[in-house]
Amino acid sequence: MTVRPADAEDAVGGVLPRWVALPESVEEVAAVLRACAARDLAVVPAGGGTKLHWGLPPERCDVLLDLCCLNEILEHAAGDLVVRAQAGVTMDALAAALAGEGQELALDVPFSEGATVGGTLATATAGPRAFRYGTARDLLIGVTVVLPDGTVARSGGKVVKNVAGYDLGKLFTGSHGTLGVIAEATFRLHPLPAARRWVSAEVAAAELPGLAAALAAAQAEPSAAEVDRPEPDAPPVLSVLVEGAAADSRAAAVRELIGGGEVTDAPPPWWGLITRDEVLVEVRFPATGLAAVLEAAARAGLALRGSVLAGRVWLEAWRPVGGDELAATVAGLRRRVEAAGGRVSVTAAPPCAGLDRWGQVSGLPLMRRVKERFDPGRRMSPGRFVGGM
Amino acid sequence: METLTAALRSVLPRDAVITDPVRLRTYECDGLTYHRATPGVVVLPATAEQVARVVRLCNDFGVPFVARGSGTGLSGGALPREDGVLIVTSKMRAILEIDLPNRRAVVEPGVTNLAITEAVREQGYYYAPDPSSQQVCSIGGNVAENSGGAHCLKYGFTVNHVEACEIVTPDGDLVTLDRMDPGYDLLGAFIGSEGTLGVATKITVRLSRAPEAVTTVLAAFESIEQGGQAVSAIIGAGIVPAAIEMMDALAIEAAEAAVACSYPAGAGAVLIVELDGPAAEVERQFARLRELCAGAFELRVAADAAERAAIWKGRKSAFAAVGRISPAYIVQDGVVPRTALPGVLAAIDRLSAEHGIRVANVFHAGDGNLHPLVLFDDAEPGAGERAEAVSGAILDLCIEHGGSITGEHGVGVDKARYMPRMFSAADLDTMQLVRCAFDPRGLANPGKVFPTPRLCGEVPGVRKGVHPLVESGKAEQF
Ligand SMILES: Cc1cc2nc3c(=O)[nH]c(=O)nc-3n(C[C@H](O)[C@H](O)[C@H](O)COP(=O)(O)OP(=O)(O)OC[C@H]3O[C@@H](n4cnc5c(N)ncnc54)[C@H](O)[C@@H]3O)c2cc1C
Ligand SMILES: Cc1cc2nc3c(=O)[nH]c(=O)nc-3n(C[C@H](O)[C@H](O)[C@H](O)COP(=O)(O)OP(=O)(O)OC[C@H]3O[C@@H](n4cnc5c(N)ncnc54)[C@H](O)[C@@H]3O)c2cc1C
Repeated sequence: MTVRPADAEDAVGGVLPRWVALPESVEEVAAVLRACAARDLAVVPAGGGTKLHWGLPPERCDVLLDLCCLNEILEHAAGDLVVRAQAGVTMDALAAALAGEGQELALDVPFSEGATVGGTLATATAGPRAFRYGTARDLLIGVTVVLPDGTVARSGGKVVKNVAGYDLGKLFTGSHGTLGVIAEATFRLHPLPAARRWVSAEVAAAELPGLAAALAAAQAEPSAAEVDRPEPDAPPVLSVLVEGAAADSRAAAVRELIGGGEVTDAPPPWWGLITRDEVLVEVRFPATGLAAVLEAAARAGLALRGSVLAGRVWLEAWRPVGGDELAATVAGLRRRVEAAGGRVSVTAAPPCAGLDRWGQVSGLPLMRRVKERFDPGRRMSPGRFVGGM
Repeated sequence: METLTAALRSVLPRDAVITDPVRLRTYECDGLTYHRATPGVVVLPATAEQVARVVRLCNDFGVPFVARGSGTGLSGGALPREDGVLIVTSKMRAILEIDLPNRRAVVEPGVTNLAITEAVREQGYYYAPDPSSQQVCSIGGNVAENSGGAHCLKYGFTVNHVEACEIVTPDGDLVTLDRMDPGYDLLGAFIGSEGTLGVATKITVRLSRAPEAVTTVLAAFESIEQGGQAVSAIIGAGIVPAAIEMMDALAIEAAEAAVACSYPAGAGAVLIVELDGPAAEVERQFARLRELCAGAFELRVAADAAERAAIWKGRKSAFAAVGRISPAYIVQDGVVPRTALPGVLAAIDRLSAEHGIRVANVFHAGDGNLHPLVLFDDAEPGAGERAEAVSGAILDLCIEHGGSITGEHGVGVDKARYMPRMFSAADLDTMQLVRCAFDPRGLANPGKVFPTPRLCGEVPGVRKGVHPLVESGKAEQF
């Protein structure tokens, strides 16, 4: 295992670690964490490092635990539609290996240049096809984690149907590295669809909520519907994906439903991508909240992109925003969106006083108790997540 | 118990506290009838607030509580405690809200699974997870067990269809766990926790759009191997059917005896495959399915809803039906990777022959979830023990093949002692961290799921020697 002194490139949200450790096995991860526990050193796990600036900067960071060397696909049981991989495997490498057998992990990962299995699980956001396939937590069937004291624990397994014991995978998915380290993950897979078609059209913002409702109920069963509105006042572009052997006829049905549009066999270039994420706001909402979300984003002057069927869109600042302005913008967004049953959280933003990143979190006292049990020494990515956890 | 009962009476309506010994007996077991215990006291709260009051009292008195829905559980999860309170949700059966534009419904925990679908069927919607017990089992019980059904191969389990849950924590606080909120996925951890992390008092479920087309096919094969090959071929061809169920000759025999389902005569195995989705898609998949089932000696396709029901009838009645061919039986529930099915089925055959115990196989072939029915005559001396041995050996087979000791029925009291065969001490200790965060005093359904009671003050992983509770004779170590 390599341990080297950290340099400026290794900073996490502006906080410079002292060392970078590169374990090569689950046992070595455990050894690092045990050593850190003995010396009360704070640890931040890192995958591809594409999104290390998401969340709050850690309160302290002594060791950056870089998982890039845990990069083995341990088992691809194609006949069982299951894969087990180490945390540092990139989503790209995984997709390539699976495609060889005509299969895929049905998560869209736009930052595939470096995003890893572990990082993808720890951040647990979701891309376009969440509407059809669910999010990372829905496709994860087993996990091996290393706790801050070095304990290696496993839950779930490699069968899709399994209700033995608590599902630790769910708990670690979206935990932003604050409960421990995800070392291995087992996913259920899907066969690659026979064909994919995208139907894209410019639509009037006022018509979008009606169209989204119609698409959600459509018997053509779209897998995703994305909207792109880079300028707050411009008409949004709607793009709908259908997948399967009868994709052509279903695309035709979708085209009719949205009143025209272009049918392509590749996604539009912006599909599922975030272009700027120095300031990035995630908005989640029930279907009927879409109109309010569109309006709130336009009023705030933010660019909007995301999944209108799955109820998750991203807002980006398309011009520099100052700290006070951002706090006020987010508060305004939150008022409107929460009234429509939605939630607003700030995924990325420069440090900024007065900014409430998460809004109200139900069950926070219980979450705190979970954090205390798993990480009593507050050594895992302290302060990065909701409620200062 | 008496002072607690008096306190319960002070916070609940008169008829909501049961202490009459005869009436208590009604609740002494769930679907797993060989574990029985008379509950100390039974309460029938009508609101979440009442549940919270009961749980708070349990806390004040340091008395354990167990939640119970419809009592159809097959692992003894709702087995009451003689020294505790049984909280029954049968008075909480309101569908609070149906919100079709947002494809969700908000229901109380005692609502039956099927009632949700019935409430929205006419509008073209349904609630996807469909355990065979769906007419009776409660949604609260489904949440606790993370129940599945024949269609979870394509549509997933309860956890994939629940958006939010209001729970009463073991401290007696009302807390909402919502998928939409930022923070840890406590909802995901709660679902499937078998009543050990609190009581669900309000559940928001996701509703699904009824598919445009459904095609149900019954394929009869000469042998179970041929049936198994067809399953592999279907999955290998990239088709994800809504359901793939298989029955062997003995299970077919039982179903015939019970409901005269008239499956093809002489079949060594039947496969039921259901395709659903957009009509054009289903049509193409069906054409392919025909080719993939070329080995079948008969292929029946349901032409309408009545024929579909006829095909499913044999499968759905199989469990109860074995009563016709055997005086007693054990329903086992284990999972193996689907590709291991042929080997495991052959091994079950060998076990069966070795022990002179018949085993009928009915299973969710698509996801490797076996439900071997281990048949025996309880009048015959020693037969029960042999059946028990076969049943346990089947679980070992599942573990050996990388599978699970339960796919849908849960661990309950029944399989707590098997947990250490599937999980290491560190795995179980880590699960205990979750338990202790929710339930530091260990009052929520104690003795279920985990083999050894552990006190929350103990540091996991470093315990040596005999557990204090075991030493004092208060607990048994498996
Ligand atoms: C529009 C959009 C769509 C997206 N769509 C999807 C999608 O469909 N599906 C999806 O899953 N993701 C999606 N993402 C997320 C994206 O893929 C992230 O870039 C990726 O998950 C980060 O991976 P990484 O390896 O670079 O992590 P890093 O940047 O290295 O780390 C990210 C965070 O995870 C923690 N972490 C990293 N590895 C571990 C580990 N092994 N154990 C514990 N904590 C760890 C880090 O401490 C940090 O907090 C989407 C993002 C956006 C903006
Ligand atoms: C004939 C038959 C067929 C079955 N088929 C299937 C099947 O196909 N798939 C499947 O998954 N299961 C099946 N089961 C098992 C059983 O029906 C399910 O486990 C069901 O979810 C239990 O629901 P219930 O309301 O009867 O729960 P109960 O038996 O009353 O309780 C089960 C567990 O849930 C807990 N619980 C109940 N209500 C709550 C609540 N509100 N909050 C917290 N915990 C609670 C209890 O403490 C207990 O641990 C079958 C059972 C039978 C008898």
